Amino acid sequence: MEKRVVFKGWKLPILLVTPQLIISAVFFFYPSGQAIWNSLFLPDPFGLKTQFVGLDNFKFLLTDPYYLASFKTTITFSILVTVSSMLIGLYLAALADRLIKGSGVYQTLLIWPYAIAPAIAGVLWLFLFNGNIGLVSWYLQGLGYEWNHNLKSDQAMFLVVLASAWGRISYNFLFFFAGLQAIPKSVIEAAAIDGASFWKRFATVVLPLLSPITFFLLVVNIVYAFFDTFGVIHTITSGGPEQSTTILVYKVFSDGFVSQDLGSSAAQSVILLILVGILTVVQFKYIERKVHY
Amino acid sequence: MVEKKKTAYWLTHLGLIIGVLFIFFPVWVAFVGSTVSQDDIIYPPIPLLPGPHLIDNYANALFRGGPEGYAGASQVPVIRMLFNSAVMAFGIAFGKIAISLLSAFAFVYFRFPFRNACFWLIFITLMLPVEVRIYPTYEVVANLGMLNSYSGLILPLIASATATFLFRQFFMTIPDEMVEAARMDGCKPMRFFFDILIPISKTNLAAIFVIMFLFGWNQFLYPMLLTTDPNMKTIVMAVDSMIPTGDDYAHWPTVFASAMLAMLPPIVIIITMQKFFVKGLLESDK
Repeated sequence: MEKRVVFKGWKLPILLVTPQLIISAVFFFYPSGQAIWNSLFLPDPFGLKTQFVGLDNFKFLLTDPYYLASFKTTITFSILVTVSSMLIGLYLAALADRLIKGSGVYQTLLIWPYAIAPAIAGVLWLFLFNGNIGLVSWYLQGLGYEWNHNLKSDQAMFLVVLASAWGRISYNFLFFFAGLQAIPKSVIEAAAIDGASFWKRFATVVLPLLSPITFFLLVVNIVYAFFDTFGVIHTITSGGPEQSTTILVYKVFSDGFVSQDLGSSAAQSVILLILVGILTVVQFKYIERKVHY
Repeated sequence: MVEKKKTAYWLTHLGLIIGVLFIFFPVWVAFVGSTVSQDDIIYPPIPLLPGPHLIDNYANALFRGGPEGYAGASQVPVIRMLFNSAVMAFGIAFGKIAISLLSAFAFVYFRFPFRNACFWLIFITLMLPVEVRIYPTYEVVANLGMLNSYSGLILPLIASATATFLFRQFFMTIPDEMVEAARMDGCKPMRFFFDILIPISKTNLAAIFVIMFLFGWNQFLYPMLLTTDPNMKTIVMAVDSMIPTGDDYAHWPTVFASAMLAMLPPIVIIITMQKFFVKGLLESDK
């Protein structure tokens, strides 16, 4: 799609795009290029010189049990966060959509956690499950259930998923709610007249109509779980216990900044870069199709 | 609606209220925690209704930082960190909007050499979240001497094409007659930009502003790496540093008061600008 009518001249537009080009060059292309370049080198332990090692950093990563474990952790974590927050979002949106009056109030009451930083969400949930004094862990203790996410990896995973999904419900609710509101009521009424129950209508009429939004949310939520949950992981578990909640982004950080293993950290960045690339292409394909609906 | 049964109606409300309670629960506990004393918290369970220490706790956090002897005790007053966060969030929001408006205007309303190349160079930045190029970006900022500075906190984060993409989409929907009429009246491009394009983009501007402000305010990893000077810390990372690692103790009322203060500005913005926020989110598709 292009405009038919445009202004003349070429100096002005080049001047107009220059600020963004400069910012992108300095803070995007140069660092990204550096990440790719560094991934081919191995610094010596004292950081005095580096040696070209080709793809060895990648070879090492792909056979490193810790890295592969982190891959698995990321996939488990992303699936749990995506599925749980989407299901709750869809459930609440479906309920709100049934109301004739008052759905706007619920929308306001449900969307504000989108404003909360993942790191803050992490702090809130960390307190609730804090060993001796947390409200939830205290009651669990009273019921005879031992809670210690600093030692038990399944509990740690549960907690980071809970905190990440909690903050994400708003987003999913909002998109599902908008999607549901856009479905013409006549379609649903027609199904009702044919004798379909609420759940039957939901499964056979509403869900298929929501599938483009569902697909979009799937991609966006996976991207969120991969990258934006850093704050949750850092505040609640710092990747522990025994790396059981070290997702890929957290590993780039801990290997690069904490352990100063720059070659490996850079190679991990490149692998993430490829993953995001794939997700973005998938997402763009979707947007392209959606433009003319 | 199709069904009009009373029970179904109340069950719908009940379901929604349970959802709302689940959403509110951790924030309510944090609010209560910010109004009680340290003893109320460390001898569990924490009360479920607010206590009498609201003003003390907030004044303490805002103007003095945490008390001595607890995690993050050397904190600067929270008000300073709120200020840093505000500078960063506004800087990112305005910076992104400014550079994106200009480049989107150029892409949509001009034909110039290397237009396609420039377009792709900018749009490819959509691909990479900042988290992925952490270390090299840190080095760039360090080499430019921008660690512990506002420009170091702001500039790396405005290098993304989200807003450019949105403005471009919006400009495409503006009828060609607008430019035709403007050109016929002898209107210069920049005049058209300031007097026509910006005024008709107002709602979109507000929508993108909200999204970008939240994005900036809620940054965590970047400010954490780029600032070592306590005076330059942002509120979100400060709250994290008040949580103990190892043998330290947290002063919970201060933690909660600071957490509440960290949440307040973005929540106020979302609620007061809800219309724009919803529009921005639904259209941005991030």
